[in-house]
Amino acid sequence: MPRVSALDLPDVPKGHLPPHLELQRTRVLCASDAPTHTETIQYSGAYASVGVDNSLRLDQFCRDFRVEVIRLTEDDMEFDMVGIDPSLANAFRRILIAEVPTMAIEKVLIANNTSVVQDEVLAHRLGLIPIKVDPRLFEYMSENDTPNEKNTIVFKLHVKCKIKGPRLTVKSDELKWLSNGSELPLEMESHTSDPASKQKTYTAFTCSQVSLPEFSNNPIAPKHQDIIIAKLGPGQEIELEAHAVKGMGKTHAKWSPVSTAWYRMLPEVVLLQEVEDEMAEELVKKCPVNVFDIEDVGKGKKRATVARSRACTLCRECIRGEDWEKRVALRRVKDHFIFTIESTGALPPEVLFTEAVKILEDKCERVITELS
Amino acid sequence: MVVREDFPVDKQFIASPVKSAVDKFQLLPEFLKLQVRGLVKQHLDSFNYFVNIGIKKIVEANNRITASSDPNFYLKYTDVKIGTPSITADNVTDTLTPHICRLSDMTYAAPIMVNIEYVKKFCDQITIEKKENVVIGRMPIMLRSCCCVLYGKDEAELARLGECPLDPGGYFVVKGTEKVILIQEQLSKNRIIIDTDKKGCLNASVTSSTEATKSKTIILMDKGKIYLRLNAFVKDIPIMVVMKAMGMESDQEVVQMVGRDPKYGALLLPSIQECAGHGIYTQQQALEFLEKKVKKFSFSNPALEKEGRAMDTLRNVFIANVPVRQNNFRPKCIYVAVMMRRMMEAFLNKDAMDDKDYVGNKRLELSGQLISLLFEDLFKTMNSEARKSVDLQLAKVNRSVPVDIARYIVKDSITYGLERAISTGNWDLKRFRMHRKGMTQVLARLSFIATLGHMTKISPQFEKSRKVSGPRALQPSQWGMLCPCDTPEGEACGLVKNLALMTHVTTDDEEGPLISLCHSLGVEDLELLSAEEIHTPNSYLVIFNGLILGKHRQPKQFANALRKLRRSGKIGEFVSVYVNERQRCVYIASDGGRVCRPLVIADKGVSRIKEHHMKELMDGVRSFNDFLREGLIEYLDVNEENNALIALYEGEAEPETTHIEIEPFTILGVCAGLIPYPHHNQSPRNTYQCAMGKQAMGNVAYNQLCRMDTLLYLLVYPQRPLLTTRTIELVGYDKLGAGQNATVAVMSYSGYDIEDAIVMNKSSLDRGFGRCIVMKKLSAINQRYPNDTSDRIIRPQKVRSNAEKILDADGIAAPGEIIRPHDIYINKETPVNTRDKFTSPTGLPDSAYKSTRQTYKGPQGETAVVDRVALCSDKDNNLCIKFLIRHTRRPEVGDKFSSRHGQKGVCGTIIQQEDFPFSERGICPDLIMNPHGFPSRMTIGKMIELLGGKAGVSCGRFHYGSAFGEPSGHADKVEAISETLVRHGFSYNGKDFIYSGITGCPLQAYIFMGPIYYQKLKHMVLDKMHARARGPRVMLTRQPTEGRSRDGGLRLGEMERDCLIAYGASMLIFERLMLSSDPFEVQVCRVCGLLGYYNHKLKTGICSTCKSGDHISKMKLPYACKLLFQELQSMNVVPRLKLTEA
Ligand code: SF4
Repeated sequence: MPRVSALDLPDVPKGHLPPHLELQRTRVLCASDAPTHTETIQYSGAYASVGVDNSLRLDQFCRDFRVEVIRLTEDDMEFDMVGIDPSLANAFRRILIAEVPTMAIEKVLIANNTSVVQDEVLAHRLGLIPIKVDPRLFEYMSENDTPNEKNTIVFKLHVKCKIKGPRLTVKSDELKWLSNGSELPLEMESHTSDPASKQKTYTAFTCSQVSLPEFSNNPIAPKHQDIIIAKLGPGQEIELEAHAVKGMGKTHAKWSPVSTAWYRMLPEVVLLQEVEDEMAEELVKKCPVNVFDIEDVGKGKKRATVARSRACTLCRECIRGEDWEKRVALRRVKDHFIFTIESTGALPPEVLFTEAVKILEDKCERVITELS
Repeated sequence: MVVREDFPVDKQFIASPVKSAVDKFQLLPEFLKLQVRGLVKQHLDSFNYFVNIGIKKIVEANNRITASSDPNFYLKYTDVKIGTPSITADNVTDTLTPHICRLSDMTYAAPIMVNIEYVKKFCDQITIEKKENVVIGRMPIMLRSCCCVLYGKDEAELARLGECPLDPGGYFVVKGTEKVILIQEQLSKNRIIIDTDKKGCLNASVTSSTEATKSKTIILMDKGKIYLRLNAFVKDIPIMVVMKAMGMESDQEVVQMVGRDPKYGALLLPSIQECAGHGIYTQQQALEFLEKKVKKFSFSNPALEKEGRAMDTLRNVFIANVPVRQNNFRPKCIYVAVMMRRMMEAFLNKDAMDDKDYVGNKRLELSGQLISLLFEDLFKTMNSEARKSVDLQLAKVNRSVPVDIARYIVKDSITYGLERAISTGNWDLKRFRMHRKGMTQVLARLSFIATLGHMTKISPQFEKSRKVSGPRALQPSQWGMLCPCDTPEGEACGLVKNLALMTHVTTDDEEGPLISLCHSLGVEDLELLSAEEIHTPNSYLVIFNGLILGKHRQPKQFANALRKLRRSGKIGEFVSVYVNERQRCVYIASDGGRVCRPLVIADKGVSRIKEHHMKELMDGVRSFNDFLREGLIEYLDVNEENNALIALYEGEAEPETTHIEIEPFTILGVCAGLIPYPHHNQSPRNTYQCAMGKQAMGNVAYNQLCRMDTLLYLLVYPQRPLLTTRTIELVGYDKLGAGQNATVAVMSYSGYDIEDAIVMNKSSLDRGFGRCIVMKKLSAINQRYPNDTSDRIIRPQKVRSNAEKILDADGIAAPGEIIRPHDIYINKETPVNTRDKFTSPTGLPDSAYKSTRQTYKGPQGETAVVDRVALCSDKDNNLCIKFLIRHTRRPEVGDKFSSRHGQKGVCGTIIQQEDFPFSERGICPDLIMNPHGFPSRMTIGKMIELLGGKAGVSCGRFHYGSAFGEPSGHADKVEAISETLVRHGFSYNGKDFIYSGITGCPLQAYIFMGPIYYQKLKHMVLDKMHARARGPRVMLTRQPTEGRSRDGGLRLGEMERDCLIAYGASMLIFERLMLSSDPFEVQVCRVCGLLGYYNHKLKTGICSTCKSGDHISKMKLPYACKLLFQELQSMNVVPRLKLTEA
């Protein structure tokens, strides 16, 4: 190659990025050894030398941002979020996991437990049972609050296995909602207080939760009726009261409203060369999720095409082996997120997401007020 | 066959991959279930042998007690048997079950019953009476042995008795603790062993052991001459003298006996010359010579004096295993000749030396043999005691009292003797000159595997401090018999061994029939051979259990004939026949303690087991014993293995092959069998895992919640490993697992993962990963005192203090209550006066009691729960109250975890799930392991486990990773695993595309991620963390106490002190060593230099030596220093302090 002085090189065209930089900016390149260019370039002046302004513009964002729901069922949803930064998508994910509140059993008052499951293990198991109730209707209970109808849900569980009966499996449907609060009397220092007055219990409900309009025709119960809590042998008995309160996933995973929430970047599979005939067949056979298709180009010739790049799981089979990396390129679109939310059941996934957005909004507001 | 159902054969077996020619794996479960449970079969067999045969032999050999004054006055044992385990208290007999014994601190023992026939003497009237089922003592019973109530019970019956069906048995319950008698390793008895001693002298030694005597005979070669060394002789005796003393007067005959080859004669010549030099030519002269050398004993037996002690020694002590019948010393002479010949062979050719570490020269002593020694000793003692009492009684003039021998049999001595020995582990048998310590150990109940591992442990013969490498090295002969992986680290490394999976240890077999069989198979009797004929070429000596039977001209045919008989079941299956070509000997062994293992017989390289045999086995119409009986399988011991050519796999068999291995992974033991793909790991890693698997928490047994152990660690949600091995299924680890399948990402995260630390996901911990239960036992005894007073437990006051909150109305903590430090768990009171007699010891006033309530001590801020309270009476009939305190813990920073590949690490930090990386499928790892753990450890097995586990969860089939299992289909191949992974959309190499949970961007590397079985080890910070500012001090030295349990200080030791000195931080040293430890002000007399005292009245120091207070100076000393001065003074050493400035 002849030596050319740098000064003699032709000018880089101003105003738009050269293709290789554009590729690095918008795509993660998944080579067979390691992914490269995974980071997003956030600095507004990153491309100043080529005259490209990299700053984020609100109007541009508003124009490009797009959400497209792919699948929505009772418990999970998948949607595409396009035109957003990974840090924002990740913020939603993090908030969903850790900061959207739900109700979960926090206190278990055990009156009797003769089962093989130890008290604290039983309590732990109860805590992890998702409860189908809208947490927005409740308040957080702080340390010196008394439990009342606004911050506590009380369940009762009383099962006994008959002495001469078969073994019994206690499932979550045995958890009965006590809308009037706890039924266990509070142990008082002085038992002599006049018996006419109502026995104090562990909760102080002013009214029954059933009387509240939200619950009148929507009783509170565990989301799933078939979660195994314990197994009882003949003659064994469990009697307890479980108090659910509002909390957040960062305190304990039981308050997390999602089993998990995550995203992946949109896969992009590109054929760098024409892949034909046997090679095409080989390629189609390689992919376990059928990303590729075969297309007839006439004259008995066949050609591989990329048909379902979205299904790619990045198993890198198609670029395994000699030279295949020259033919196929696996990429990820950096601003296109396939977001999945698997709700535990307290709230439907779409509501969860809007809640997450609200929480992020709150946070932003807080930052703004703190700054100003 | 009904038994099949309860056996852990996996259902997936049919679905398992690739089959070898004939898959013989099914034999293994059959082998292991044979009789009771295969893993501890050696213990059970040995104990059963003792109970059924051994004890009868012992009693028969000592069946007569005769009064020394009157030979007609006797007692005779006609029969002995052991009953069912039971206890007789207040004339009520209750049957015992092991679990009752465990809970109420009793000994699981059965009565030893004898039938006796004895003479009764009443007013000179002699009558002979018979009695049946006289109890002479109680024998501790090995669980699951034939005397045990658990014998032959099925799972449901066992559950009813409170027993875990997977528990192997093989141990004893003594005073409520489970005790194992360890397998003891010993050098073979009654065998010639050629070795060199410390000085480099060649010697041939025989440790003789017969019912009557035990002795060690050494024939050694010193400066070319051959001597005999025997404990009974004060000096080494020239061997020719011994030969002459035994009647071998002709030198020529001796030479002929050793061998006519001149090279042997030349070696013998110096000895012959020496003998002649002493002027000894006849037997008479030789005996006279020996008489002078015999050790004199204080007591003398007149019967012996007549014959001469030398003769007696030669007859009974010298190579005692060779019997002398009718004064015929010829067998002994030949034995000596053979010993000399072997020694000379070794002299001429160093290869002929015996290897002491060779497993074939080892015998394993099992519980049955050890108990039988103990019983024999106790039984003899009891008999001689009885004789003494009878003698005393007969000597008395008073004849009106009936003399009844049977009354002098005291049964307590045997009961207590056995109980004491097993519970302390000290075998002190004067009669057999045996003083061994640490024979028993408390059964490790930390995890199921620890229990199993403990049952297969072999304790060494050498003391551990010896710095020799020989016995510690892995011997090639250990193949298939002893586990090559499972040995502890440190001082006992290589000495403590463990049995392999298929190993069987033999018990004694009847000798008589075998000997006559040998003779009828053409063994020429020794008696009929002239000296010269012994070593004729083309003939082999036949040695049976160390005894020379004779010679045989066609040794190969002879051996084959014996083997044929064995295979057809005509002689015991454990009899071994071994042709040693070099020594020109045929060794036949039927003694107990040999290790052996089953192998498939092959004819010209073709396995005798065919497809249809295995099919019959699978259908349940054929058992392992049928295979044995039909000669398809046989047991080979280490010696006979030398005559066999064993192919690993059927496919590899050659025409010369005689045997085929059943399964190669059986060379490993139980502990090493848990490791998946151990053959891909660096060997020490497997050894580490063997040690660590025993510390892993998990399930202990099915009855774990009914037990009352002092310390019990349980996992709340134990799992079955995703990557299993055949051994795991065979031993039942899949039912009693000790770990959890954690999704592991191999990557670096934060800085808290250096030095093998792992980063854990908080949400996983929230959901129950690594949660464990620690149960501790507390106990209190309601003591009764000699003056009939006793402790009492009283109900708490009406208005309870905070500490009394958890007490029930009976003054004992209620089960289910949360117990915190300083809570009272038993409100006990003790009488102030426990010595003087009271008129009404039960009705003492309250003032006569002082409170001895017991409070719970545990970590501050943790909430433990009273799990159970048990009341029972102990052996002194005191009320004993036991509390089980349960504490459930979730993992915290510093808790120790390990995978199954010797990769231990502590939890470095706990991180929120949202900060954890996640994969394309939303999978978030449970823990993150630093990749630096791999290069230096070379645990490839762990990587394959990860791959296999990942494939397993995606395709829904448990994958296998048995050792060396790839060719036979007991381990999934990496290629196959990779294919499965690809089929389910993962990369073939197990690496995933991962997003960072913090930034949300993908990571710049593919991360190796998948499930690995992780064990939580018993070492937890909560039990170890310790700090102290001020605290208790030791009374004597006034220095801070030592150790965490005493809230002790943290020592600034010598090395730390050196650092401070080197640094020059003198004030710091002063502060640490004196002010922060034990400062003390003393009064020193400047005149005499001794310590004085401070008189508080006069407000001045006074020297008690000078009797004045004029020259007193105050100074500060460490109290320990003052103490030293005073102690020296008490020993008449006067330390004087010279003060330079005062
Ligand atoms: S990476 Fe795997 S899933 Fe994606 S296109 Fe290639 S072969 Fe198919």
